[in-house]
This record gives sequence, structure tokens and C-alpha cells, in this order.
Amino acid sequence: MQALIEIERLNLFYGSFHALKNISMDIPEKAITAFIGPSGCGKSTLLRSLNRMNDMIPGTSTHGSIKIAGADIYGKDIDVEALRKNVGMVFQQPNPFPKSIYDNVAYGPRLHGITSRHKLDEIVESSLRGAALWNEVKDHLKRSALSLSGGQQQRLCIARALAVEPDVLLMDEATSALDPISTLKIEELAQELKAKYTIVMVTHNMHQAARVSNQTVFFLNGEVVEYAETEKLFSNPQDQRTEDYISGRFG
Amino acid sequence: MNAPVRSVEAAGDRVARFPQHKREEWIGRLYAYACVALLVVTIFSIVWFIASKGLTPFVSGAIRFSDLLFGRVWKPEGEPALFGALPFLAGSAYVSFLAAAIASPFGFCAAVFMTQIAPKLGRTVLQPAIELLAGIPSVVYGFVGLSVIVPFLREVFEGQGYGILAGSLVLSIMILPTITSIATDALHTLPAGLKEGSFALGATRWQTIYRLILPTTLPSLLTGIVLGISRAFGEALAVQMVIGNAPFVPTSLLQSAATLTSIITLEMGNTIGGSLHNNTLWSLALILLMMTFLFVFAVRFLERRAKR
Repeated sequence: MQALIEIERLNLFYGSFHALKNISMDIPEKAITAFIGPSGCGKSTLLRSLNRMNDMIPGTSTHGSIKIAGADIYGKDIDVEALRKNVGMVFQQPNPFPKSIYDNVAYGPRLHGITSRHKLDEIVESSLRGAALWNEVKDHLKRSALSLSGGQQQRLCIARALAVEPDVLLMDEATSALDPISTLKIEELAQELKAKYTIVMVTHNMHQAARVSNQTVFFLNGEVVEYAETEKLFSNPQDQRTEDYISGRFG
Repeated sequence: MNAPVRSVEAAGDRVARFPQHKREEWIGRLYAYACVALLVVTIFSIVWFIASKGLTPFVSGAIRFSDLLFGRVWKPEGEPALFGALPFLAGSAYVSFLAAAIASPFGFCAAVFMTQIAPKLGRTVLQPAIELLAGIPSVVYGFVGLSVIVPFLREVFEGQGYGILAGSLVLSIMILPTITSIATDALHTLPAGLKEGSFALGATRWQTIYRLILPTTLPSLLTGIVLGISRAFGEALAVQMVIGNAPFVPTSLLQSAATLTSIITLEMGNTIGGSLHNNTLWSLALILLMMTFLFVFAVRFLERRAKR
């Protein structure tokens, strides 16, 4: 499989704290890659480096390179807004805007200059269909997004991310605040979405990584311990620390 | 094992004879209730006093309420005496709304600057400066208005310089802290995830501010604006010093005018208690009080909407 994201010797500091240590990896396109590891191991930090959301945290410095589709996203002439449009993100807590369902999905396209009502209607419908939410909300698109359940809100956030037509979708523990049924729906959705999008997910839930991902990366203390096909990593881990973690001996 | 048993016995002894905790409870309760009762009695007496005085002209049949509200001529010493308060109602409304219109954009921008753009500079410099602005006595504002704004307006435009515009400018500075601090609070309580969600879709900071933050905090901003208007409506001294105090319905921003508050402060010393003129000033006070109630209700309504 073709690598869409190439990370090379990435080091990241929060002030003097060395959060990511010399990370290099290739993430293949149109597949699901899961980042697992105990809290504070750097998995979310790496995920947030992929759309430069760490830029907003004061005192962060990044060294090394991340290339997405060949372009260095920490390069000089990179347009951060265009990068974020191309690399969508779904957060741990569903964060719908306090607007209608329609306006939530249309928010991104409007940012990027689409004003035609007809075109927006199309995008809203296709994005909501893409996030498997259309059938539940098609009759009340004008209703506030905050009236939806937690699981529906999270799928709305996925629809909102899809609406700007990204290539990559980052999911930062996107199901950890949801009930088991909503979690399952999001996992099924991720399976469908990987046909069109490159998905990188951070999860606390090892079973989730085992269920849905194609590759799994195990992080510990800011380092990559093991990166392998999911099946292989869970059935036959090469590193003792990976084995200890996936068999529940720590973390 | 012995120690706890002994202490329980000892405590039991004390409780039986003189329950310390209950006594404290009662003292505390009594104190709190007494304070609340005193407060309620004070508020109701003030309202009762103003209402009984202010309603006298209408009850005695000396003036009709509609004549007070819509009468354009205020000649309390005339023959016949005319008590038309429309000039003051209009003056108060003009200066208050105009002041809010001037102060609101500044207040919101200051709040955005303090919370979104330069939180550190905002916290250390701008916030204390604005709090200081809130602490300056109104007579000082009036004095500054009189010696800076009025001459300035006289230079730039034709006329005296006194009037609605001068009053509005002075008031806008006075209500700026109210609007700014409420807008700042609203922006602080915004869920952190919202901004991130917007940035993650490729929004710039300004797009996030005017497409997401402004609409989301609008009910709270309106609360601040209404509170600002309410404060402007009730301000007497500073306005009186710069507005010119001419009892005519204003037709221009640069024309001398008067407000409900300015006419009360100006004329109350020249009237005899119990006279029609004096009682009519109380009627104006009653109108001010009613307006205040209206503003309080508006603020409550907006706050309920903001919570939803």
C-alpha cells in the first residue's frame, strides 16, 4: 500500500518536556491506523501534529518532518488552513457548534467560500449520508445540533469534517465519551470510510484497535515501541513491552 | 479503642446540656433572615415611597398620565403649568442607546482581544485599565466631558457643543467596562472544544471569531449591552454636565437637550415638597424605576436564553 503520510525523525517538545522522541513511520492511505498506548505516551500529541493543532499550545516546538502526499506540512510555505481542510479531525468530546444541524455541516464549506444554497444542500446531504446520520436527521435539519444524542453529535462532527472533503481523517479517542452502541456505530462507520479516506485513530481501547484497524502503533513514553499489522501486533507482539501492555499488565 | 469511646461520651454530655452546634446554627440562621428581611423591607419601602409620591399628580387629577408621557412642553412655572416629559424621555432614550451603540463594538473587541488574541497582555494591562475605568466617579467623567468633549464638538461642528452627542460620548466611556466585562466572561465560558472544532475545519482566527464565537455569545453580549443601557439611563451627574439641559425634544445630536435624570437633579432643589411640581418630579423618578424593572426583566430573559 502507498504511504500517504511520512513522518521522519519527529521530535516535539512542550517547553522542556520531550513529548515525542525521534519518531519515524509511514502511514498508508485508505486504511485505518490505530495509535495505542498508556496515557501521556504521546499518541494524541502525534495525532495533533498531523494537522498542526499543537501550534495553538504555547511553548511547543517541533523538529523533523511530516510529509502528507509529499508536502512537508511544517515547511515554510505551507498554508495551515488548507492543511486542516485536507486533514479533518474528530475530537474526544463531541463538539457540535451551537447551531442547527444543517449549519454545522455547512460551516466548513462556507468557510472555504461556497455560498450557493443548492451546492450547500448537496454537500450537507452527502456528508450526513457519509456519516450514517442522514436517515435520522433528514426531517429536522433546522433543529439545534445540541438536541442530538452524544453518539449522533459525534457522527455529526464526522459529517462536518467530511463536508470539506479531506483526504485524511484524524479521530482522537472519538468514541471514549460514548455508550457501547454509539461506539459500535462509529466503528462501523470508520470501516466504511476507509474506502475513501485515510484514517488515523487514537484509542484507549485496545479491543477497538484490534477490531477496526489495519495497522497498530504502540507508543510508550513518547517513543514508538512497535508498529505492525494489527493482527500480527496483537497475536504475536515482537516487543516484551507490547506484550505486557496488550495483555493488560500495565496501562 | 478507648479514645473514641471517651470522646463520644464527652460529646454526648455536652450535647445533652448545651447543644453548641444547634446554638450556632440558630444564630447563623437568625442573622441571615434578619438581613434578608431588612433588605426586602428597604426595597419595598423605596418603591412604595416613590410610587405614592409619583402617582399623586394623576390620582389628584392635576395631570393626565398621557399628558406627562406625550406632552412636548415642560413649563412647571407657566400659566397654566405644563408638565410634558417627552423631551426627557426622548433625551434619555437617545443618549442611552447611542452610548450603547458606540460602546458595544469597542467592548466586544476589547473582550476578544483579552480572551482570544493576547490573554496575557489582556490580563495584566487591559483588564485592570478597564476596571479602573469602572471606578472613576461620574463627576470626574462629567468634568472631563465638559472640558474636553464639549469644546472639541464646538470646534468641529457648529453650535454650543452641549447636547445628545456629548452626553452619549461621555456615557459610552462610562458603560464600556460593563459591556466589556460581561463579554469577557461570556468568552471565557465558551467551551474549549468549539474553537478547536472550527480551527480543525480550516478556519482562521477571524473566521472563528465572527462566524462562531460572535453568534454563540450573542445572548450574553446583549445582556451586557442592556445592562450598559440601563446604567446609562440612570446616570445623572455626568450627563447633566454636558447635555445642555434644555427641555426640548431633540431634533439634532448637537442640540442641547435634557434627560429624566438630569431634570430631576436640576429641579428638585427648587421645588417645595408636596407641590405639584415636586410630585411630578417623583413621577419622573417612578418612570425611571419602571424602566429599570424593564431592563432587569430583559436581562433575565436574555440570560435564560443564553443558558439554553
